[in-house]
Amino acid sequence: MVHQQAALLKPETMVEEFQKNGVTHVVTIPDSETNYLYELMKDQPWLDLVPASREGETFAIALGLLVGGKTPVVLVQNTGMMESGDSIRGMALDSGFPLVMVIGYRGWTRRGVISDSAARYTEPFLNAMGINYYLVEHDEDGERISIAFEEAKKNKCPVAVLVGDEYHGFNR
Amino acid sequence: MFQAEDMFKAFEPHRDNSIVIATGTSGRHWRDVSQDEARDLSLGGAMGQTTSAALGLALAQPEEKVVLFDSEGALLMNMGIIATIAGKGPKNFYHFLMDNECYATTGGQPVPNAQDINYAGMAKEAGYVAAYSFDNLEEFSNNVEQIMKQEGPVFIAMKMVPEIENAPIGLRERRPTRGRGETIDTLRKELGLTG
Repeated sequence: MVHQQAALLKPETMVEEFQKNGVTHVVTIPDSETNYLYELMKDQPWLDLVPASREGETFAIALGLLVGGKTPVVLVQNTGMMESGDSIRGMALDSGFPLVMVIGYRGWTRRGVISDSAARYTEPFLNAMGINYYLVEHDEDGERISIAFEEAKKNKCPVAVLVGDEYHGFNR
Repeated sequence: MFQAEDMFKAFEPHRDNSIVIATGTSGRHWRDVSQDEARDLSLGGAMGQTTSAALGLALAQPEEKVVLFDSEGALLMNMGIIATIAGKGPKNFYHFLMDNECYATTGGQPVPNAQDINYAGMAKEAGYVAAYSFDNLEEFSNNVEQIMKQEGPVFIAMKMVPEIENAPIGLRERRPTRGRGETIDTLRKELGLTG
């Protein structure tokens, strides 16, 4: 039986949070579950999408945008975040710029056993890097995205938003 | 092959107020040649990703020319970036590749397929507006002015004489350099950016 959530995290909520926090660019590699968010972002005249070829690029492109006075967000899956370890270290953590990284939490579930190693290693990876994170699952969690922006700005560091709803409705 | 220092001397008169990012062992000569330190930027920090950071800057500042002197060892670590750059097509981006066919800073070991790769060909086929290859100073010097006048993204592959370092790290000559943060702060002031 497929479980239906009462209030999914709508892509509109994510885009509204981006606009509210002055985001100018989303540096991203879309995955199969984020297509609807991608289409919605593409339609926003105030937002510039920067498609990357590999996730490690996204944190460095974001640094260049920050140096040039823009406000980027990185949007990648947890698998890509782990691929980006050295880029996160050298281009985000060591840079002294604020950066919100929105991470699709592949394999995460609130119920039962997490069997996907991508999910099992996501939070230990962030903890090892010393990156604080906020889990968002429903529309009601939307304010956590603004909290992440405020924290990144205050501490001039990367802060992660883990999108835990990816498997069952984040984009639809 | 030609010397990086000579290449930089030929480039400098045609800099045209560009923001310049120079990387690798060959890139260290730029600081001796540059006439505008405030617009010289360091964006190192993760090998293979300076190219990505330079792209980000070019996208953020479309009215400023951004010149990157990349190295082939770094580019090989992140070759997908040429598709990313071509996809965004920044008209203000000039991507010079200093190809010395080896990892000079670790003793001169050859990069994979060092002598047979056509980097300019790959950039052109990835979608750069134009791509050039030079293996001698005279030809480079005769073309660099015209290259800097055209719209990007442009790719310029250059065969550089390797300057191999093989002494223990602690015994190598250390020349004073400005740190990444200092170059960023200086450039942002130059561009009128605050915060």
